[in-house]
Amino acid sequence: MKDFFLIKYAPEILQHTLEHLFLVGVAISVAIAIGIPLGILITRQTQLRQPILGVANILQTIPSLALFGLLIPVPVIGGIGVVPAIVALTLYSLLPIIRNTYTGITGVDPAIREAGRGMGMTDRQLLLQVEIPLAIGVILAGVRVATVIAIGIATIAAAIGAGGLGVFIFRGIAVVNNQLILAGAVPAAVIALLADLLIGWLEQKLKVKS
Amino acid sequence: MIICNDSELRIQIMPQNNSVAIEFSDVTLSRNHRPLVSRLNFNIHRGEALVLLGRSGSGKTTTMKLINRLYTPTQGEVLFDGRPTTQWDEIKLRRKIGYVIQETGLFPHFTIERNVGLVPSLEGWQPRQIKTRVYELLHLVGLDPAQFARRYPHELSGGQRQRVGVARALAADPPVLLMDEPFGALDPITRLELQQEFRRLQQELGKTVVFVTHDIQEACVLASRIGLMYGGELVVLGTKDEFMRSQHPESLAFLQCLRSLQDNL
Repeated sequence: MKDFFLIKYAPEILQHTLEHLFLVGVAISVAIAIGIPLGILITRQTQLRQPILGVANILQTIPSLALFGLLIPVPVIGGIGVVPAIVALTLYSLLPIIRNTYTGITGVDPAIREAGRGMGMTDRQLLLQVEIPLAIGVILAGVRVATVIAIGIATIAAAIGAGGLGVFIFRGIAVVNNQLILAGAVPAAVIALLADLLIGWLEQKLKVKS
Repeated sequence: MIICNDSELRIQIMPQNNSVAIEFSDVTLSRNHRPLVSRLNFNIHRGEALVLLGRSGSGKTTTMKLINRLYTPTQGEVLFDGRPTTQWDEIKLRRKIGYVIQETGLFPHFTIERNVGLVPSLEGWQPRQIKTRVYELLHLVGLDPAQFARRYPHELSGGQRQRVGVARALAADPPVLLMDEPFGALDPITRLELQQEFRRLQQELGKTVVFVTHDIQEACVLASRIGLMYGGELVVLGTKDEFMRSQHPESLAFLQCLRSLQDNL
């Protein structure tokens, strides 16, 4: 029993889990702070839609290990450690958040938007009182996808010395020890599942019934 | 008498124009060089119920949206209270005009109370004032506030929702109401009930109403005047009697509908 990996590495697992949560938590917060406003912007300035979604799309297609590597020579936001890891995770999380914000808002029944405009709501009032509340379910679905992806990708951040549960996985690969790999992979999977359930619950709770 | 300055001139003209709420002056709206409505010239008088009748795509809804500046004319101008809509602050203009569209126009995430109180709250009324007004309006449209105020639109029937829509449009007591096929999605019995009630309400409150429909029966129930639209133009404008006597092929077609309905009974 004492040799069971989850018990054997318990203190270390706790430490790396906290590191992992920190990386993902900061990255998702930043991605929300950038992605939702960008998503709203492209519903208003339609000519920006193609370029912004295009860039976010391209970022998403860069292999994650390569993105971490590419950031190493970049000044300020690059290098090794926690900062470039958060930057990379943020960039990965942008696409689902921007896209769902855009889809959610443009998916609001045009009749509802028109009724609001016709009654003399300003664009700001329409956005804050009608469009965002009605789109919140779709926007949160984007945050949920981004979070689950980020939890997975954050394991690779260990490759540039940012810590997290990936530390176990890389160590396990190096010394060919499956227990070590599992000590990283199992908690990461559990975190992903819990995040998925939590945000899914929030989504259901805030979604507008109609 | 010699008119010597501008302000006197205005005084001379005002009483004459005072009965006109909205004036279309040679209005054309084009999209991609194709006119959606063209050369509209007519007046809407205070307190009248003008029904714009026409088939789908005839330009009746477009005409209505020119009034609250959801569209602006490519040529000519629409005058509201004697001022071109383009010179109005669009928000101020729209808050003077109630707007009712098919039932989907209610906000699904607002209670009935918040839906009806929307414009007053945008106008910055006190919460207590809003509540009093909302209750008063719900009574007016025949819904018991105690029962309905806290419900959401999806918990109401189509007819009830449409009553809420009318109450919402009346909330800030606008002089003009625009209604775009508001009763279109209702069953025929509820529809007739609402048409008759609305006609009574309109006469009681003395609102100027512009009502869009493709239903000749509805036009007959509600209109003090009927404006027939065809291919983006206003082809007939007159009272019901004048409309009945009109020889325009489109009005004959609409009257034929009415007649065939009666013949089949």
